[in-house]
Amino acid sequence: MATLALKPQKLATAQPKKSRIVLLLLLPGLIYLGLFFITPFAALITTSLQQPVLGGGIGQYQPGLEFGNYAFVVGEYLEQIIRSFIYATVATLLALAFSYPIAYFIGVKARNYPILQGLMLTLVIAPFFISFLLRTFAWKEIFGQDSWVSNLLRDTGLMADNEFLLGTPLVVIFGLTYNFIPFMTLPLYTNLERLDTALLEAGSDLYAKPASTFWKVTFPLSIPGITSGTLLTFIPIAGDYVTASRSFLGSPNTAMLGNVIESNFLRIQDYPSAAALSVMLMAAIVVLVSIYIRRTGTEDLL
Amino acid sequence: MAAEFVARGADLELVGIRKEFPGFVAIEDLDLKIPAGEFFALLGPSGCGKTTTLRLVAGLDSPTKGKILIGNKDVTADKPHERPVNTVFQNYALFPHMSVVENVAFGLKQRKVSDPMPKAVDALKLVELEHLAQRRPQQLSGGQQQRVALARALVNRPSLLLLDEPLGALDLKLRRQMQVELKAIQMEVGLTFLHVTHDQEEAMDMADTVAVMNKGRIEQMGAPEALYERPKTIFVSKFLGQSNLFVGDVAESNADSVSINVAGNKITVPTKRAEKTTGKIVIGVRPEKATFHEDQAPEASSGLNVIGPGKIIDIRFTGVSNQYLIEVPQIGNITVFAQNVGKSPVTELGAKVWVSWKVEHSFGLSDLPVDNGEGK
Repeated sequence: MATLALKPQKLATAQPKKSRIVLLLLLPGLIYLGLFFITPFAALITTSLQQPVLGGGIGQYQPGLEFGNYAFVVGEYLEQIIRSFIYATVATLLALAFSYPIAYFIGVKARNYPILQGLMLTLVIAPFFISFLLRTFAWKEIFGQDSWVSNLLRDTGLMADNEFLLGTPLVVIFGLTYNFIPFMTLPLYTNLERLDTALLEAGSDLYAKPASTFWKVTFPLSIPGITSGTLLTFIPIAGDYVTASRSFLGSPNTAMLGNVIESNFLRIQDYPSAAALSVMLMAAIVVLVSIYIRRTGTEDLL
Repeated sequence: MAAEFVARGADLELVGIRKEFPGFVAIEDLDLKIPAGEFFALLGPSGCGKTTTLRLVAGLDSPTKGKILIGNKDVTADKPHERPVNTVFQNYALFPHMSVVENVAFGLKQRKVSDPMPKAVDALKLVELEHLAQRRPQQLSGGQQQRVALARALVNRPSLLLLDEPLGALDLKLRRQMQVELKAIQMEVGLTFLHVTHDQEEAMDMADTVAVMNKGRIEQMGAPEALYERPKTIFVSKFLGQSNLFVGDVAESNADSVSINVAGNKITVPTKRAEKTTGKIVIGVRPEKATFHEDQAPEASSGLNVIGPGKIIDIRFTGVSNQYLIEVPQIGNITVFAQNVGKSPVTELGAKVWVSWKVEHSFGLSDLPVDNGEGK
């Protein structure tokens, strides 16, 4: 009884101590965020507003408030900006089109066969065992000028002798789709794995043909999976600078925003332009993603 | 209402149905005919094949062998969405992403029936839920979801309505209420109902005809009273209510009655109530048909079966009746229900009693107990 009576008192005095512990536990995370997110982000924004040093050489800039940098990059790189979003949209849609049947098969049809399910999931993840760069290099070989694919296309007359596969939008979009498809398949699988098949039976019992059961029941219920899948693929694809670069599957004609940022930072050493482009890419993605989540009404579903 | 919306119930006929799953046979050989407009209950323990039968009728599974006819039309090869059948699923299977009224209108929209929404609202009125039309199913209680599932099936006016233990998840009070409502709706709309259940009271209470299923076959089929008063197998006598069973060799047999000898006691059954009249047979009686007597044995006559003396080893008070368990040497335990009308003799544990019942209340079964705990 005595301990019981003491308890509330003890709790009351422990209150400030408790919040100090919470703060202490949060500290590593806060330091991490400050060092590796807020600091670089602030640096990026200040860099994007820098102006050239008068009479200075290449790559010499001083702090400033040059908002004109943003107007300049939009005018200069509009083509690459538009291209990035088109490529990202097409590659995301392709990834969705390929992933949905795969995820449906693993998550619904193979539900009663755990071994098959595990095997297929492993196959989806297997590409991650090899570096992303190595895999893209491998595709460069496969699509190379003297590769069997190119030769086959030339022999069958589908491609002229002076045409190349590498550097075409087709191959770049293929590469982007290939590299990011697991990010679409896995969230879709997680969603479809939980699909209650009794609902599909109810659909067919209520006179719905398999196709209408899909569009009226399965598809709407899988929207949360589609949303997370498209976000996880669209965002990294829009900023990707490996696949579309000249060293891999691309050419100057397929340069995306990431490639432009890379060359501005590392080759042209126009840091303010590179920073302005980076900030714009971030902002555009944040805006698009928020509109998208609103529209799909994901929070309403689950 | 549009013409296609009004349909009446149709006959259901199952011919020589067999269903095998990898590793076991769910239904051995099933023949069944349900006349139009009837409330038919398939009753059996879990795993007896009753849900499989229902899924075969709905088209969700296809039979290994046999034919399914609805309204004399062979639908064996038809897909579920092509059959004039609707199901109230065990867990309701309501679409979580649609409102209640959208759930109910789903079937109408799929068949492109005109004015689906007003008709869906009408169906919700039938189950008294129109005020919840815009809610999502997850916001409803179990009983309300069950009624939505019923409305969603009924609104299509199917020739045949299948009910897969739809009351299983409800508490007792709600269940009784839903049983009454379901029966009233069936009378009102006049559809053929096929109701699958393991609850014998529910089956007897609601159905016109009950088929008792066991191990993939129908053991006995008939009106609830007939099944209760004259079970033909040990399984039916035990699954549908309780029974006292006695095994013995036939000692006397004539045109009117058959008697067996059980440890010196003569137990008689009218010949017309016996399935078998020679060799070793089982005779039974319901516990509420039997009475017991203290002090002295009642006079045995041609109209009365008397057993005893025995000893009362357990008394259970259940409200409407007292249940007495009487141990008779060499015969076993006999259960007797005595209605609690306030004038039953004051009887104590250990009292020496004789059990008797009218010969006409005996029933003779067709099979013998097997040594697996089934029967006595």
